[in-house]
Amino acid sequence: MTNTTANPPSGRQKPEKANLSNEAKSPVNSGLSSDQLISFYRDMIRIRRFEERSLRAYQQGKIAGFLHLYIGQESIAVGCVSLMGENDHIITAYRDHGHALAVGMGMDECMAELYGKATGCSKGKGGSMHYFDPAKRYWGGHGIVGGQTPLGAGLAYALKYKEIEGCALCFLGDGAINQGAFHESLNLAALWDLPVVYIVENNGYSMGTSQERSSVHPDAGIAARAEGYKMNWAHINGESIFDVREGVISAMELAKSESKPSLLEIHTYRYQGHSIADANHKKYRTKEEIEDYRKNHDPIVLYRNYLIEAKILDENSTKEIDQAAKAEAEASAQFAEESPFPPESDILKDVYWEEDNPEKKTSSGRIFFND
Amino acid sequence: MPEITYRQALKDAMIDELERDDNVVIIGEEVAQYNGAYKITEGLLKKFGPKRIVDAPISEAGFIGMGIGASMLGIRPVMELMFWSFAYVAWDQIINNAASVRYMSGGLINVPIVIRGPANGGTGVGATHSHTPENFIANTPGLKVVCPSSPYDAKGLLKSAIRDNDPVYVMESTIMYNNKGEVPENDYVVPLGKADIKREGSDLSLIAHGPSVLVCLEAARVLSSEHGIEAEVVDLRSIRPLDEETIFNSVKKTNRAVLVEENKPFCGVGAQISHTIQSQVFDYLDAPIQRVSALDTPAIYSPPLEKKQLPKADVVVAKALEIC
Repeated sequence: MTNTTANPPSGRQKPEKANLSNEAKSPVNSGLSSDQLISFYRDMIRIRRFEERSLRAYQQGKIAGFLHLYIGQESIAVGCVSLMGENDHIITAYRDHGHALAVGMGMDECMAELYGKATGCSKGKGGSMHYFDPAKRYWGGHGIVGGQTPLGAGLAYALKYKEIEGCALCFLGDGAINQGAFHESLNLAALWDLPVVYIVENNGYSMGTSQERSSVHPDAGIAARAEGYKMNWAHINGESIFDVREGVISAMELAKSESKPSLLEIHTYRYQGHSIADANHKKYRTKEEIEDYRKNHDPIVLYRNYLIEAKILDENSTKEIDQAAKAEAEASAQFAEESPFPPESDILKDVYWEEDNPEKKTSSGRIFFND
Repeated sequence: MPEITYRQALKDAMIDELERDDNVVIIGEEVAQYNGAYKITEGLLKKFGPKRIVDAPISEAGFIGMGIGASMLGIRPVMELMFWSFAYVAWDQIINNAASVRYMSGGLINVPIVIRGPANGGTGVGATHSHTPENFIANTPGLKVVCPSSPYDAKGLLKSAIRDNDPVYVMESTIMYNNKGEVPENDYVVPLGKADIKREGSDLSLIAHGPSVLVCLEAARVLSSEHGIEAEVVDLRSIRPLDEETIFNSVKKTNRAVLVEENKPFCGVGAQISHTIQSQVFDYLDAPIQRVSALDTPAIYSPPLEKKQLPKADVVVAKALEIC
């Protein structure tokens, strides 16, 4: 693993205002078919409706623990996943429902997981923060802030070791950037030329504390911290799914062709609190700020307006997509409601690979110590 | 049978497994160009090259977390901690990631990592460098931990650890690296979860792991020659999984037990051994279970006082005489 001494290209700036008609023309977007364009819209709507339905379920007492909703950030998951190839992998933190649905996990298994049911994607054993689907190259779903960032470097390391031309997309929030493990990951990624793309979903707040009150960084933004690691960095406007695609694709190509990492900062917003338990999210933010985002910067609204203006969709078909998404979310809640909880015997399973694969077990002795 | 050092035994284990499986990678500080802070990996860089033997910066949370992430895609990292005392900066990765991702994913993922390194005091390196965290690891479902006390066990257990598809942590000791013992040249493993009777006896069970096993063997010699007491020395070898059958068979035979550990007393390995003995073979005990742990303070620097903090044969003998 050699040192990199090349200077990265200078940081991409975030477009001041989203202009989807223009952004649609960039190389990564201009070749998209109508079906693909519509599928992005459908996927974003599906995420939003799923999140809204899970919020209701939580308020009804069906979901325990924490629920970190992705509402407002949908363009990031859908935009990034739309760029993934069959050798690209993805990992994120606990605001993970959007990424899960974007890679193709089903609403049924995702909702059932929230309900703690045996039919959940983690058999009820992980909950909201711990969705996984290795078959779809989706490695979680992690609860400790920043804890997944060395894992992301590890996915990239494995791809490089096995000489697979792929990259790891590792998502984190603006609240995670000060964790020590993240700095260690950036250093390792830059030192060893790991094909990892770190994507900071900057929604402006780490729980109740604004980004300004949390972090010191160059005037050029959080992403510019990458210069300390001689790493490529860029700003991206999360309002526009097209800008997401345009900003992320070059980082992915840099990772795959030169095995160099990047630190991307995607500017976005969340309408709900840090989690549903966050009772102060309208106190540490102003009503005006939230409304401004909803009216003028919502990625789904902006994209819908573009699709209608470009005559790819009309009002009726957007209503159909919306209704279908709501129905799908409702059906998943029904599925979750009707599913059984895991049997008590499940508590002792999935702890050790050996115990779950007894025919291949080579160790002996006592492994569980329940009295 | 040839005699080799504990150090050589560990190295031979790694050489065998590096040759056997292309996915095995050695990662750690000073493991490659420096040839290992304790020379465990000496010569490996030359033999296997920089892709297989990787020098890491001082960044335990980073490189251990990276190794865990890589293992999810099938890499089998064998990560060296220069001291297990340095594990704490990586504790979140070690406990929350390595131990938990399988469970939280409902069994979709496994983490076939090994973390190995010396876990011991007694060398005047002070409180922050002298930790023996096998008890903390053993308290964590999802992890496995072994403590070899001889070159034979070191090679056999490290090979098993590397082949194991779960996280296995190996606790060595700088004090034992130069110890010699017989080690077969052929391919063998010591399975996890099997204890070993290092000395047979019928009057007393001395139950220990790691360097404390050697302390017990010395105590057994004194008990035999000066007091006519024949002590059986049970080397746990594997803490989790734990060979309870061998422990119980010994206690059923001797009816008396002294547990010896370099852990501090509260929630040391001995606490679990004590509970399980009295819980399962209570009727065989003719005396309370005794315990010799490290003294319950941070490790002191001053060498003669540090010796007093750690289990020593004379303390074990005295404890044994209280119940024999």
